Amino acid sequence: MYENMVTARHYEERLQEEYLEGKQPAFDISAGPIPGELHLAAGQEAAAAGVCQHLRDDDAVTAPHRPHHVAIAKGVDLQRMTAEIFGRQTGLGKGKGGHMHLFDPEVHFACSGIIAEGCPPAAGAGLAAKKRNEDSVAVAYLGEGAIDQGAFLESLNFAAVFDLPVVFVIEDNDWAISMPKERVTDVENGANRADGFEMPGVRVDADDAVEIYEVAGEAIGRARDRNGPTVLEVQVHRRMGHFMGDPQTYRPEADQDAALARDSIERLEADLRDYGVDDETMESIREESHERVEAAIAWAKEQPKPDPADAYEDMFVNPPSGVTDSEPDFDVAGGDD
Amino acid sequence: MSDASGETRDLTMSRAMVSAIAHEMRENDEVFYMGEDVADYGGIFDSTEGLREEFGYDRVMDVPISETAYLGAAVGAAQEGMRPIAELMFVDFFGVAMDQIYNQMAKNTYMSGGNVSVPMVLTAAVGGTYNDAAQHSQTLYGTFAHVPGLKVVVPSTAYEAKGLMHNAIRDDDPVLYMFHKRLMGIGWLPAPDGPKTPVPQTDYTIPFGSADVKRDGDDVTIVTLGLHVHRALEAAADLADDGIDAEVVDLRSLVPLDTDTIVESVEKTGNLVVVDEDYRSYGVTGEIVASVADEALAALDSVERVALPDVPIPYSRPMENEVVPDVDDIAAAVRRTQ
Repeated sequence: MYENMVTARHYEERLQEEYLEGKQPAFDISAGPIPGELHLAAGQEAAAAGVCQHLRDDDAVTAPHRPHHVAIAKGVDLQRMTAEIFGRQTGLGKGKGGHMHLFDPEVHFACSGIIAEGCPPAAGAGLAAKKRNEDSVAVAYLGEGAIDQGAFLESLNFAAVFDLPVVFVIEDNDWAISMPKERVTDVENGANRADGFEMPGVRVDADDAVEIYEVAGEAIGRARDRNGPTVLEVQVHRRMGHFMGDPQTYRPEADQDAALARDSIERLEADLRDYGVDDETMESIREESHERVEAAIAWAKEQPKPDPADAYEDMFVNPPSGVTDSEPDFDVAGGDD
Repeated sequence: MSDASGETRDLTMSRAMVSAIAHEMRENDEVFYMGEDVADYGGIFDSTEGLREEFGYDRVMDVPISETAYLGAAVGAAQEGMRPIAELMFVDFFGVAMDQIYNQMAKNTYMSGGNVSVPMVLTAAVGGTYNDAAQHSQTLYGTFAHVPGLKVVVPSTAYEAKGLMHNAIRDDDPVLYMFHKRLMGIGWLPAPDGPKTPVPQTDYTIPFGSADVKRDGDDVTIVTLGLHVHRALEAAADLADDGIDAEVVDLRSLVPLDTDTIVESVEKTGNLVVVDEDYRSYGVTGEIVASVADEALAALDSVERVALPDVPIPYSRPMENEVVPDVDDIAAAVRRTQ
């Protein structure tokens, strides 16, 4: 767990540096080696590590638009994920998906940039496991802002009526972009959404990786034992803006300070010390994870950029005859980088 | 641009859009705005900047991330006679609330035999060119223009943004107002030269179904909308150096479509190039070409379509640049007509 969390934190710190390259002094979202939006999860690592620690490669996970910490905890190929974020040909999606749309079928990981829309596919993975009489489970991650979305509520009902092995993990960071939870949701405890579907709903109030690990273990165990779905809500803290470049003018400074003051990684370090893990051991874990991150970034940056014509590939895995690609019948002059 | 006169000031497209909304909100208590991050944030694309400060949370409402609920609620409030403006942050999110848009907002007037009206505006940010991949870069003009019952407008400059917004809010039918992120004048997404224009201080309307000839020319008609008006104008300037005189028609609305202006232009030039940032098949380019063929087949010497090839929009820059039509693509298409 600790290794996953420090890897995710360092990974995102490095991504942030790389992202800002070429975007300074005037921030231009379309400039630099990592263009487009970038949503970082600093402060939310415990939600990923505490849950995914219980998962196997054949367990499915769907992540939302803020996916890196979950992907790392689930064991997504770090090098190919990084290459994807840099838009390279050897990336997980050959440069077609980018940071919000990472797919690693080897470890059954997928994500979507549309709020709550990972919930139905997670229920579907649970359905497949049930139909095949396998003991794999599925986990859908969503933010607290997504608990009002139809896709989430419909998925709860679907998972409940068919007793599917699914755990819905709500990462409550208090903010849906600029909208504070209390102004857009009438429940303080999002896990209570489970009540209406007669399934267990559990909330972990502190962003405490150990407690999340324990509670998640029960929920995932229940799913694996065919005892149905669970909603698990965990409190996390958004240390940064919603996306890189978010000025956060809507956010009280005290809230930001509180988020920075409550660091689940430091908390876990204190717990580890209590368990007798010495600082040198933690330091060596950190160093190793940093090296892994640096290696992934270095590897990714060396990878070739896609050929412009690659844009026409992969529309179908079984292209209709006569429509093997959709390249237009005129010359396209674009494609310069 | 003969729709208004009087004192003007230069505005970005977002400021022009907001000035029209603010004007209508001051004039009519029944107008209100709702969407995600529209109050405190001022709209992710500055579409509501400053409105909450003037009108408060009751009339500039941050809503839960529940598009079915709030877009459907706009339909319901509109049917009660209010004039809601509801913002869909990225047009790509339409699917989450497809039924409320496609089956309620668009069809209730018709199904009620004209006894119910839905005087609402659905605003949505559209467009790519900033490497945000397939779920955050579409224009989907054709998708919304395809279903009967929605008026669809697409401003290309600040002048259009204000005049079309005034008209949209005052219209008794549902209007889909699609603004291109790249034109808004947002700090983090620089606009090309062009969308920042003089805008009359007073209110004025641009009627839907009135395309605007942005550049006169004799050799070829380029029909386009949104961001690609500016790319077409740049291509036309390049082509002028080679002695090709291109006329650029800015559609300004897809529904209703001003076929007269297009046909008049094609009858003059004989050549038609349609440029669209939406998918090629079953889309805007095909519709324009078919409309011209219906009405002026004999005048057509050549036709070219420049649109997104039928692929989702790829993330990586070399591939996105490949599929989104640029100035060179437009110029090349024009040359093929000559």
